[in-house]
Amino acid sequence: MKGLRRLMDRLNPLFAKGGKYEKYYTVFEMIDGFFYSLPDVNQKAPHVRDGSDLKRVMMFVVVGLIPCIFMGMYNTGLQANAAMASMGIESAAGWRGGVLDGLGIGYDPANIWACTWHGFLYFFPIYIVSVGVAGIWEVVFAAVRNHEINEGALVTTMLFALIVPATTPLWQVALGISFGIVLGKEVFGGTGKNFLNPALTGRAFLYFSFPAEHSGDAVWTAVDGFSGATALSLAAEGGVSAIQEGGTTWMQSFFGTIQGSLGETSAFACLLGAIFIVYTGVASWRIIAGVFIGVIATSTLFNMIGSETNSMFAVPWYWHMVIGGLAFGMIFMATDPVSAAMTDAGRWIFGILIGLMTVLIRVSNPAFPEGIMLAILFANIFAPLIDYAVVQVHIAKRSRHLARQSN
Amino acid sequence: MNSDTKKVITDPLFNNNPIALQILGVCSALAVTSKLAPSLVMCLALTSVLACSNVVVSVIRNHIPSSIRIIVQMIIISSLVIIVDQLLKAFLFEISKQLSVFVGLIITNCIVLGRAEAYAMKNSPGMSFLDGIGNGLGYSLILILVGSIRELFGSGSLLEYPIFPLVTDGGWFTPIGLMLVPPGAFFIVGFLIWGLRTWKVEQVENPEYQIRHVHRLEDA
Repeated sequence: MKGLRRLMDRLNPLFAKGGKYEKYYTVFEMIDGFFYSLPDVNQKAPHVRDGSDLKRVMMFVVVGLIPCIFMGMYNTGLQANAAMASMGIESAAGWRGGVLDGLGIGYDPANIWACTWHGFLYFFPIYIVSVGVAGIWEVVFAAVRNHEINEGALVTTMLFALIVPATTPLWQVALGISFGIVLGKEVFGGTGKNFLNPALTGRAFLYFSFPAEHSGDAVWTAVDGFSGATALSLAAEGGVSAIQEGGTTWMQSFFGTIQGSLGETSAFACLLGAIFIVYTGVASWRIIAGVFIGVIATSTLFNMIGSETNSMFAVPWYWHMVIGGLAFGMIFMATDPVSAAMTDAGRWIFGILIGLMTVLIRVSNPAFPEGIMLAILFANIFAPLIDYAVVQVHIAKRSRHLARQSN
Repeated sequence: MNSDTKKVITDPLFNNNPIALQILGVCSALAVTSKLAPSLVMCLALTSVLACSNVVVSVIRNHIPSSIRIIVQMIIISSLVIIVDQLLKAFLFEISKQLSVFVGLIITNCIVLGRAEAYAMKNSPGMSFLDGIGNGLGYSLILILVGSIRELFGSGSLLEYPIFPLVTDGGWFTPIGLMLVPPGAFFIVGFLIWGLRTWKVEQVENPEYQIRHVHRLEDA
């Protein structure tokens, strides 16, 4: 490793201010920062109570996502293998079949490794494409704007790869992540200045641009010719009983062995991630609790109102929690520290608004089976307003208090 | 053509575009541009109403009592819009159905009333006519650009003539559905304004407040 350090040091003057490749310092700095921690750290008493910086925060989110990643790969493979078994297909189509056959992994739905590998072959290309494309945009904007490349894109790309369907064509992945990174984040000034969640912005772009493949009323099982309905669209047709008749129990939904986007099906894996990121202080528990309350209150309200024609009205809150992407969105998307509300009271309101909108869209909007994505983007837009109101109320309260004291 | 006349016609194209700089008339720019053909008809309708209303308002500008001038302008504009609407219904019925209420809404289009109030009330009929044409062209420029981009990427065609073969017909192009809904136009108008302001930096507005910029090379 010493040799590498010496090489970097020798190259440094070339890229430093006044050097030949001054323009590309951001790229040099990124590579240097990737291998070594930077030399310019604060030595004397800075007024920081925690050593946590952007890099650590972002890494914690990635660590929190690990259960979802593994669960997602396993489930994608499981759904594909199970569908192949039921349709009597011997070998997967295309290069994935070649890899799986060549390594002798097989397609046994009962074999955890076979399923995980099969899912990996779907997850990995999507992830690599989104990291590559997002990385190019980050470098372009960092070079033009003369700021440093940060780890924000790492989390965005990971989240994005987990919320797209496994069957998404890779060019759509590239288009979606470009839209999310550029219009969701960089045009506003980069990480920290975006008012929308970039991963969700990219997902929303795919959702509205290619509704046939992304809107979520048909399943995304990675086998050609397999068709079925997602838990959400079953629920829209016949309520919970339709899901159960389809052979899905609540426990299956909870652990995530159901149809859905790549990494968002398992409420259990999300819960593990939630414990980690809430414990490390990255995510706000108030937002998560707010969404919880919003979902319970709104779905209970719909349960009580009831409906003859719309069976979504009768779906209880504990089913809402485990089907679709609600758990994933609630824990990893709504709590994005940049685009969420910043005040504590604001976080409660922000969370409740998301929960309310999610159930409202799911139940009463026939066009969109899933509501969490639009609910979070909607609440993102309102977050600054919520914060403003909270601060104003606080100021009014304090000045009343002050007026009383001085009397 | 002297430089003043030229300026009246060419300024609204890039230097003072009614949509891209003044952000007026955006509503119709989002609503009618999902295909190129209705966009073209809309451009024609707006430009003719704008030019004629400017001339009429300018001719009688010295006789309009100031206190009721907006009402008089509105009456003139709405009469012209009704004529255009009837003409479209008579000769271009299919497209007038696609444009639906948006021809009627030219009455409330801020560009028309804005030019009548800001220019025609103070200038000669001839110059007002040219101003109307110029602003109509500025509006048309954006509408045609947005309409072309939306039809090309949303339906793979231009003026209904197929350019990109669609996947559904055995080609390679998957239409981007976002382009067919008004929010798609919003993004395109945004990109056009971004491009225009990168080209003509003087159009960039002063920020309401400045977050302190830390430029790495300056700080070091």
